[in-house]
Amino acid sequence: MSDWEPKIVTFLCNWCSYGAADLAGISRMQYPPNIRVIRIPCTGRMSPKFILTAFRQGADGVWVSGCHPGDCHYIEGNYYARRKFALFKRFAEHMGIEPDRLHFSWISSAEGTRFAEVANEVVRAVKKTGPASGYLKAA
Amino acid sequence: MIEYINKIKEISERLLKEGIVDIIIGFRKGTMPMMNEPCFAKSPEDIKNLVWDSNCGINLANYLTNYSADRKEKIGIIAKGCDSRNIVNHIIENKIKRDQLFIIGVPCKGMVDRRKIVSIFEREIKEVTEEKNKIIVKSDGFEKILKKAEVLQENCAICIHRNPVVYDELVADLVEEQKDVDRYEDVRRIEAMPVEKKYKLFDDLLSACIRCYACRNACPLCYCPTCFVDESRPQWVGKSINPVDIRTFHFLRAFHCAGRCTDCGACESACPMDIKVRTFTKKLEKDCFELYGWEAGMSLDERPPLDTYKFDYPD
Ligand code: SF4
Ligand code: SF4
Ligand code: FES
Repeated sequence: MSDWEPKIVTFLCNWCSYGAADLAGISRMQYPPNIRVIRIPCTGRMSPKFILTAFRQGADGVWVSGCHPGDCHYIEGNYYARRKFALFKRFAEHMGIEPDRLHFSWISSAEGTRFAEVANEVVRAVKKTGPASGYLKAA
Repeated sequence: MIEYINKIKEISERLLKEGIVDIIIGFRKGTMPMMNEPCFAKSPEDIKNLVWDSNCGINLANYLTNYSADRKEKIGIIAKGCDSRNIVNHIIENKIKRDQLFIIGVPCKGMVDRRKIVSIFEREIKEVTEEKNKIIVKSDGFEKILKKAEVLQENCAICIHRNPVVYDELVADLVEEQKDVDRYEDVRRIEAMPVEKKYKLFDDLLSACIRCYACRNACPLCYCPTCFVDESRPQWVGKSINPVDIRTFHFLRAFHCAGRCTDCGACESACPMDIKVRTFTKKLEKDCFELYGWEAGMSLDERPPLDTYKFDYPD
């Protein structure tokens, strides 16, 4: 298991964190290749179904990142999202998903450095927790 | 209870006669003891069949869902504390209009858990009657008297909102609410467990689930025209009784009730396999209370926690 690498499904808001990932790339910053990016229009679009589906299909962790509070392109999408996420994270733990597998952050499109930092943190946390199987549906 | 039912009949008859409502949603006797069923009364004949006792645990708000939008009837509905809170949910979620309803409020004294009674009695039950705080269970030539407090539904034993929150008329004086109730002892016990143990606990809990969806169907909150379990493109959860599918179903069903569940217990008592599905919804109920000071269905003027936000709330 020593060469095991986690897969982390990463939902990035089109208007900010996705841009930050771009910037990190253009600036040639280093971050681990474990993240698999899915672009969403806004964190307000996130549904608990997406997260469970990621685990179902083999993710070891899920990371959602969007605009800073107050900067949402749709004004308030991320305010709703953070409430949903706070409840989701607690409930997921109740249902047997380790908290270290779920991450939520605010990163603007100017924060390439921060994107790389958070990506590192997320990967570290998920690695520590090990492979996820609780919600994995064997094909 | 006899005073309750007389008053219920009296009010219902008047409402129908005066044309204030077109239909009354209440209870009538079911085909088996302790299994009252919903009843849609439209005539004085139907009114005669209405009953009220400690077997009215079904949440009648569930039967309002199909009356929304296109249907214009005025509806009289009999509501205990929890039913009234689910009616409030329906109103704030725009499923039905307040002025379409005449709510006949019933100050509730708790409903009994038929499973507890069956397991205590240990033989076929032919008849169940009640007197004040006692439940009298009869079989052929055999009788047992139980204390009602000992056979209450679990959610009723910890209920702190027995009186209806909204009503147009009451069938009796308001009852005293239970005080100093520890609503979340069981949730805290689970919270204290390590994650693997929680996982195992729910594995055991759900091992008997047959995916009949009775829990979903009994719940007034589950009114989506297409439930996520039936969505196929993409398919969020398999149809099988594979443990991961079952777990995913329960996870999402409960999460869809976040900030809305009133702990009425209808889901749990509908389950043919005796699965304690409130174990899921109660965690969310507790978190909504702790994070947002929210209790579902208590007010027509407040938005539920996932439909609003505050700027200064941390992450
Ligand atoms: S989830 Fe169960 S307890 Fe909650 S409102 Fe629905 S039926 Fe009632
Ligand atoms: S009612 Fe019981 S058996 Fe049926 S789906 Fe719900 S938990 Fe499973
Ligand atoms: S647009 Fe980025 S979080 Fe809403």
